[in-house]
Amino acid sequence: MLTNAHLKYESQKLGMNYFRVAIVLFGAQLLLGLVAAIQFMYPGFLFEVLDFSVARMVHINALVVWMLYAMIGSVYYMIPDETGEEVVGAGLGKLAFWVLTAAVTVVVLVYIFIQIGSGTEATIWLINEGREYIEAPRWADIGIVVVVLIFYWNVFATFMKGKRTGIMTVMVADLFALAGLYLAGMFFTDNISMDQYWWWWVIHLWVEATWEVFVGALAAYGLIKILGAKREIVEMWLWIEVLMLFGSGILGLGHHYFWIGTPEYWWEIGALFSALEPVPLVAMFVHVLYDWGKEQGHMEANAAEGEKAHAVNNTPAMAWIATNAFGNFLGAGIWGFFHTLPQVNIYTHGTQFTAAHGHLAFFGAYATILIGMMYLGVQGASGIKKMTMTFKTKMALFLIIFGLLGMTVALTIAGYEQVLVERADLGGGWDAYFTAQNLPWMVQAMGWRLAMGVVTFLGFVYLLWDLLTIGKAQAKEA
Amino acid sequence: MSKKNASVWTSIRFWRRSAAWVTGTATVLLIWLTFNTMGQISMGSDADLANGVKKRIPAPTVINYHIDYVMDQKRGHEVPVIGQKEPFFGKQWSAEEAAALLHHGKLTSQAKNCMNCHTLLGNGAYYAPDLTKAWLDPRWEDGTMAAITGKNSKEEAMAEFLMHPSQYPTHARMMPNLNITQDEAVALVAFLKHMSSIDTNGFPRNFSQNAKRLEGGTNAH
Ligand code: HEC
Ligand code: HEM
Ligand code: HEM
Ligand SMILES: [Fe+2]
Repeated sequence: MLTNAHLKYESQKLGMNYFRVAIVLFGAQLLLGLVAAIQFMYPGFLFEVLDFSVARMVHINALVVWMLYAMIGSVYYMIPDETGEEVVGAGLGKLAFWVLTAAVTVVVLVYIFIQIGSGTEATIWLINEGREYIEAPRWADIGIVVVVLIFYWNVFATFMKGKRTGIMTVMVADLFALAGLYLAGMFFTDNISMDQYWWWWVIHLWVEATWEVFVGALAAYGLIKILGAKREIVEMWLWIEVLMLFGSGILGLGHHYFWIGTPEYWWEIGALFSALEPVPLVAMFVHVLYDWGKEQGHMEANAAEGEKAHAVNNTPAMAWIATNAFGNFLGAGIWGFFHTLPQVNIYTHGTQFTAAHGHLAFFGAYATILIGMMYLGVQGASGIKKMTMTFKTKMALFLIIFGLLGMTVALTIAGYEQVLVERADLGGGWDAYFTAQNLPWMVQAMGWRLAMGVVTFLGFVYLLWDLLTIGKAQAKEA
Repeated sequence: MSKKNASVWTSIRFWRRSAAWVTGTATVLLIWLTFNTMGQISMGSDADLANGVKKRIPAPTVINYHIDYVMDQKRGHEVPVIGQKEPFFGKQWSAEEAAALLHHGKLTSQAKNCMNCHTLLGNGAYYAPDLTKAWLDPRWEDGTMAAITGKNSKEEAMAEFLMHPSQYPTHARMMPNLNITQDEAVALVAFLKHMSSIDTNGFPRNFSQNAKRLEGGTNAH
């Protein structure tokens, strides 16, 4: 992962830089997640030193930032393949990368060492904004906007100059919406309902609309690259996916407007459209398996007698993309649908159930495919024709998937208990909350979540080790 | 593959156009609904409160009134009910004072990162109780916390707790000291009281039911 030896394009080298930072931040995310999970069990742990709020903030911020890094990296990596061109502003792109990375470092250090400020505008500008996922202080927001503008200009100008494939067309349009939405999270209001209304524009319209379309485009690119799938078919699917994802996801936003002070009509709108959101996720799952089976079938049919046929030229990447197809459907589709109707959500809203869904969805829909893209990057950078899984690849896959599923099951049980005891039986409130938190079912579930978190972390160690070594090892063999 | 498409179902152009139309329509609908919602969730005025005009998000001066959370048979869930005037930290607050206080409270809630431990309106973290209706919580209503903190009123008890939470623990999982000043604490209590007056379509459900069972609380008086 540390070499660019076989990359011809500056764009792809830049992409690798983004991948490198992304994997480091992923590690940081998991470590802080473990701290937060320990505090659930042993509340004295780092109390008034590094409190839960700080650990959690770094956990979810590192999550969002590493994913954005890996997304930018993936786009820089695919640009030359798709457009047939070198990125127009490689120098500027590099500068933007270093500026962003320096800014992220400062923000994280301030989170960890300064943590909170006084109740003034200065805190919002310099320390943190105190709004989940987009806590980055205002100065950093503005920096991010500038860096993203440079990135977007690079993508757009290169696209206009080179081949305009369907995949890149979707990418360019989608990135525009994705970047623009960030602006909805950059203002302060005294009205908490207004605050949450626009906050969800960023969060929901990212993860359930623009990021999903991004993944659709990425998977399309990956299938062509790894399997040699037919572009016409892949691109037609992509447009159908865009139709279904945006058609359901945009108004599906309503499922966050049931209880924040917004009018009742969001019950019907949110329920109807968000209930349709799993449909495209099923379609994407079918699509990936179909293409895989089809290309493999072609290979086998055309292979000479006794010869082994392999359609897949990068089995680690393909394994992670297949995990994505299923994980997206399971974490976002199934776990999302569980609590998306207002009749259910009035009880599950803001419980461990939400956390169960949040973990499986972010992992299944995004972490997986972005890891797959990193393997594609390593393959290209090391000049390997056919990359195959090592023991470490398999350990990473197994431990991370097993760990995440385990955490999700534990949190789902915790959520189920919390919903029944705290919400349905006792009706919420301070005492009700702690009555539910202190029941053995909850305590055990929190123990299992921590144990499964450790399993996930072990998987991450294998992943990192594999990404660092697989390139060199297999380049030598070839 | 043949050059000509046999049907529209395999035409990229058809799907591209459909995708654009569907996305455009959904976006336009969302923007239209947003305009409507903005109208309904902008804060009411002090006059609305005085005249008993119901607003989903009342004016900051709602801190001058008694707030309750009562079952509405027609709507099928609890709604906030704004009652008689009552002093808040021993006084009535003018519209300007109340607005400035709420502003300070909301800022402080962000600066101290309440949302990464608690949920507000159900959004945030799950490490500590939901604060949507914290102002109405039986533990504040029934005098338990006033006794623990040695204060005479609910708002003073809340402010004292927020300034030194780890001095008044009621559970092993404590709230840490966040260096909250007296002014910030008063502002935060105003922010919490205001939030409890927001019409959340009945979330959290049965909150007052619980209150009744635990004695004291919102339905019991
Ligand atoms: C590090 C986590 C953390 C942070 C940050 C935090 N709290 Fe708490 N809070 C807690 C815990 C834990 C409790 C439960 C304490 C107990 O029961 O002893 C609590 C209890 C409370 C209560 C009493 C419970 C209730 O339902 O009325 C209020 C009010 C409260 N916090 C308000 C706030 C406000 C306002 C902020 C932001 C300024 C804040 N908290 C920040 C962890 C936190
Ligand atoms: C990849 C896609 C998705 C991701 C990454 C994702 C992630 C999340 C996260 C992190 C939250 C918690 C937000 C918070 O902190 O308050 C959340 C909430 C929610 N999600 Fe998703 N989600 C996805 C897709 C879906 C889908 C498809 C549905 C419905 C079918 C759905 C339904 C919900 C609902 C109803 C909530 C609100 C939970 C509550 O009331 O507490 N999500 N999602
Ligand atoms: C070592 C493994 C991990 C541990 C121990 C862990 C632990 C935690 C904890 C304790 C919280 C706070 C939940 C709360 O507020 O009660 C949290 C939140 C969250 N984590 Fe993790 N986590 C881990 C890995 C991950 C991974 C791999 C992802 C995604 C790819 C992820 C995504 C999230 C999200 C989205 C939230 C916010 C959830 C919400 O608000 O509903 N975490 N995590
Ligand atoms: Fe959503």
